[in-house]
Amino acid sequence: MHAENVHKSFGKLEVLKGVSLEVTKGETVCIIGPSGSGKTTFIRCINHLEKMDSGRIEVNGHLIGYRQRGDELVEDSERNIARQRTEIGMVFQRFNLFPHKTALGNVIEAPVHVLGTKKDQAVGLGTALLGRVGLADKIDTYPGKLSGGQQQRVAIARALAMGPALMLFDEPTSALDPEVIGEVLEVMEELAAAGTTMIVVTHEMGFARKAANRVVMMDDGLIIEEGTPEHFFEAPRHTRTRQFLSKIL
Amino acid sequence: MHGLVAVDWHIIWLRIFHPGNVFARALWVTIYISVVSQILGVALGLVAALMRMSRVAPLRWLSGIYVWIFRGTPLLVQIFFIYTTFNTPSFQFGRLWAVPAEATTGILALSINEGAYMREIIRAGIDSIDRGQMEAAKSLGMRHGQAMRRIILPQAARVIVPPLGNEFNNMMKNTALVFTIGVYELFADAQAQYSVALKSEYFVAVAVWYLMLTTVWTFIQAWIERRLSVSDRGEELSFRERLELSWNPLTAWGRGAPHR
Repeated sequence: MHAENVHKSFGKLEVLKGVSLEVTKGETVCIIGPSGSGKTTFIRCINHLEKMDSGRIEVNGHLIGYRQRGDELVEDSERNIARQRTEIGMVFQRFNLFPHKTALGNVIEAPVHVLGTKKDQAVGLGTALLGRVGLADKIDTYPGKLSGGQQQRVAIARALAMGPALMLFDEPTSALDPEVIGEVLEVMEELAAAGTTMIVVTHEMGFARKAANRVVMMDDGLIIEEGTPEHFFEAPRHTRTRQFLSKIL
Repeated sequence: MHGLVAVDWHIIWLRIFHPGNVFARALWVTIYISVVSQILGVALGLVAALMRMSRVAPLRWLSGIYVWIFRGTPLLVQIFFIYTTFNTPSFQFGRLWAVPAEATTGILALSINEGAYMREIIRAGIDSIDRGQMEAAKSLGMRHGQAMRRIILPQAARVIVPPLGNEFNNMMKNTALVFTIGVYELFADAQAQYSVALKSEYFVAVAVWYLMLTTVWTFIQAWIERRLSVSDRGEELSFRERLELSWNPLTAWGRGAPHR
């Protein structure tokens, strides 16, 4: 993933003031920062759920959301944007599982209806993925009967089912009860260890310490500090970073 | 005068238990006009609702004007307008499937009117679905139309069905209006009987028939809602509870409320 000088405003409010970030294959990057710093907006720009105003983002070598026309970038067709999104998995803060489908139904929905995978093949894949996130016994359960932690794990399996080149996590544990945060983080740590390319917006510094290759601190629409997790725990340079960390640790 | 004092129960008995072939035909006309108009009304409402949410501004305006006009004018006026406009020799599409032309224009008027109400119901249903559902579908690579069809509408359907059921209940009663353009349906039949004998009992009898139709529909509606309520809710209303709710006029309004 390669992001360059991404700008985004909502009305008069400039949320992203030129964010650039490089994430290489197999890397796990955590984005931290106070609320309103633009981290969620940034991660949503990466799969074009949010349209950036200027800048460019590439995933797996493909320009996201836009087409190059001469010197200009023009918004791409819906079909192409949809295709680009199949390469990018997204896990939301509020899970956004499809309540009218079972856990397995959620996981196989897109492989079958977007990628055109054969149903029985998708069922095999879906069952395996649900097993991987520890929910082999819940495949026929509807989201309404699952705990928050279980729902989020289904959501992770659902995103993985598309075989994405990049996984985005938008505060995946913020809506969870404290006692189930661990089970979700565990799954994410495993993914990171298995070499999944991940960008994680989170406040879970424990996760960052264990799983992240790199931590990025955002404040007021800019990346103000970047480094290894150890760097952030031992010697953060920036005053804002120190203030922020002292609040959440 | 005598009507209040001495009800002719015999007429009511006859009209309910031995109504005859002409009546059976009229009953059938009422049922198929209701069903066909409702189905077309839902289809029109869906199209108008999607137009309302379109990115193309003229489509949104068109949808707005449609609802504005057809909810803002009397159904009876619409029926007469559409009947007199379309039931001309140059526009005789009515003989299709051996359906009388009056019935066809009646269906046309009822469904266009119904579509305006259904648009609001369908739009409210779609709006009630969390924005995150569309985002999740899109982030999985679905296009807007596909996400609408596979993710949003199935969920919206559950919200739409209870008010849709009430619309159909109204529809069955509103079909009586097409008697005015010469369709021989239930009410026209009662009117015909009355005009011979001048006995109000014929209207009591036809009211009982309407009541039977709407009551049977109550059962069907409860069954449909039961089928649609997948187990994403903590506790579900049982078939019996739904029926009880719908029987009791004081609690009937609560049927559409989400039972989360």
